[in-house]
Amino acid sequence: MLPRRLLLSACAALLCLPVLAAAPNDSFEGDPFQSFQWPELKKEFLGRGARTQFDARVKVQGPTFAEDPMNVPITVSTDLPGVQRIVVLVDRNPIRKVLELQPLAAQPAVSFRFKLEQASPVRALVQTADGLWHVGGTWVDSAGGGCTVSGATRADGSWTQTLGQVSGRVFAGQASTPGGDSAARLRVRIMHPMDTGLVGGIPAFYVSKLSVRDAADRELLRIQTFEPVSENPVFSFDFAKPPPGPLRITGVDNNGNRINSTVE
Amino acid sequence: MTRTATLPGALVLAAALLAVPAQQPVSAQQGQAAAPQVNMARLDYGLKARALADGVYVVEGANADFTPANGCNIINTGFITTGAGVLVINTGTSRLYGEQLRALIARTTPEPVAQVIHLNLHPDYFLGNQAFAGVPITATAATRAGMQREAASYETNLYRLCGDWMKGTEARLPTQTIGPGPLRIGQREFELREYRGHTGSDLVLIDKTSGVAFVGGLVFADRVPTTPHADPKAWLAALDSLAGLKLGTVVPSHGPVHQGTRGLQQTRDFLRWLDTSFTQWASQGWEMNDVLRAAPPEAFTRWAAWPAEYTRNVAHLYPGYERAALQPRRSP
Repeated sequence: MLPRRLLLSACAALLCLPVLAAAPNDSFEGDPFQSFQWPELKKEFLGRGARTQFDARVKVQGPTFAEDPMNVPITVSTDLPGVQRIVVLVDRNPIRKVLELQPLAAQPAVSFRFKLEQASPVRALVQTADGLWHVGGTWVDSAGGGCTVSGATRADGSWTQTLGQVSGRVFAGQASTPGGDSAARLRVRIMHPMDTGLVGGIPAFYVSKLSVRDAADRELLRIQTFEPVSENPVFSFDFAKPPPGPLRITGVDNNGNRINSTVE
Repeated sequence: MTRTATLPGALVLAAALLAVPAQQPVSAQQGQAAAPQVNMARLDYGLKARALADGVYVVEGANADFTPANGCNIINTGFITTGAGVLVINTGTSRLYGEQLRALIARTTPEPVAQVIHLNLHPDYFLGNQAFAGVPITATAATRAGMQREAASYETNLYRLCGDWMKGTEARLPTQTIGPGPLRIGQREFELREYRGHTGSDLVLIDKTSGVAFVGGLVFADRVPTTPHADPKAWLAALDSLAGLKLGTVVPSHGPVHQGTRGLQQTRDFLRWLDTSFTQWASQGWEMNDVLRAAPPEAFTRWAAWPAEYTRNVAHLYPGYERAALQPRRSP
């Protein structure tokens, strides 16, 4: 099973890309995943006139398969300069937009976990200052079912006691953090059921906006989050140098509940 | 990559060669691994009983990950004659497995089946129970409760993974609770020990006459341990205690039957590495994707089910280490 997947990804990486790049008028518009959803996805979330290009400099990491489709870990990073926004879309999810990050003073990178309903490309669309969207992605296999099942704290009712609680930490000077030259990483966990609205009788209920500020009240990053982000989300944000703390995490969910906490 | 792609072919060949001696009568098979010859078209698991001692049999599955090609038969089950009926140790992944196991027992001994015992709550330990209707089916209280909780999701998950092999399979739960201590059936005396760590309740069954120990999911041999219900620290403590028993012939649920502590030591090495590494990486702010790509000790990568099982280990266990690393700081 694995060897076949390896061969397929070898095909995607080595063979298919140049062929498709040479024939940009194919019905998939050069999409290395050859996803029928891609042209519509692009139109819906970027607008009709948006300029896009598939770009290996946008790195999206995930597991090869979703052992837990309610918590699929994704790491997005890029060495493109002047990044304005990072949008994460999942072609075959019933709710396809996962999050939108404005890195501001942070590195153009984010890690999170999300709910995957079936095997799908997971894409990061990175907009640079010239307005161009650079697109990277990874394929995650799944037996399915991530968006249509209640999370544990919704199922047992315990979410009411922890709603909006924040725990987190800045990992500074950890040269041993792999995959980047960042001097500091903020990891933050927010207690929230993140209901998709796709489970019978449970309306969508999710954190919709978060912002991180430093001790001088300078906004370091801003992120919009949507239903597919996992229950009790954990995010990682990287910084080129350790930001002056304590950091303030503020936010709101779609019902108007406020999040307001500090992380040392 | 080419080498990786050709490896399964080599394994199939090796399995085919190994299977040849298994055609001989049961008595001649002692000491030989009986790799099952699976026939997908006929949905035949090719189960074989190998005598480990007088009246003590193991039925070996593939040392691999679940795939339709191996029938999803990756478990070693067993049965023991007692003079007053057969004790069956675990019933396999499916109704078909249970039926074929029961037929194998009938071909091997004239004794009727007297009792079934499950060593933990995992699906390949009890989804063959339909074939043992009317027989007392026993498990610990914690295992019974866990099976009840998980049965529905096991059925759907295994259908997705294994396809036709699962036809007609429905979970049948144990009918009686059993605890640790001595167990006597006919002329046989067994010792049952209950630990936790691989799951919330892990039974070890030792046949006093032969010394053969069925250690269930506590020991993995030449295979990456599975962890959907694991507590690594409790598991390590259980292994310390198990090491003190000086076991002879060890039948793990996954991986080859062996003598002494080889599998126990492998499982201990893996869990120690995992516990130490995950603790350290969580305290350094590693993301799950960093952990998935970390280089493990080379020996682990030669074991069966690497890397798929490690991907699952990370999904099951890393969030707990992460919480511990993030939690003690202030919250509002």
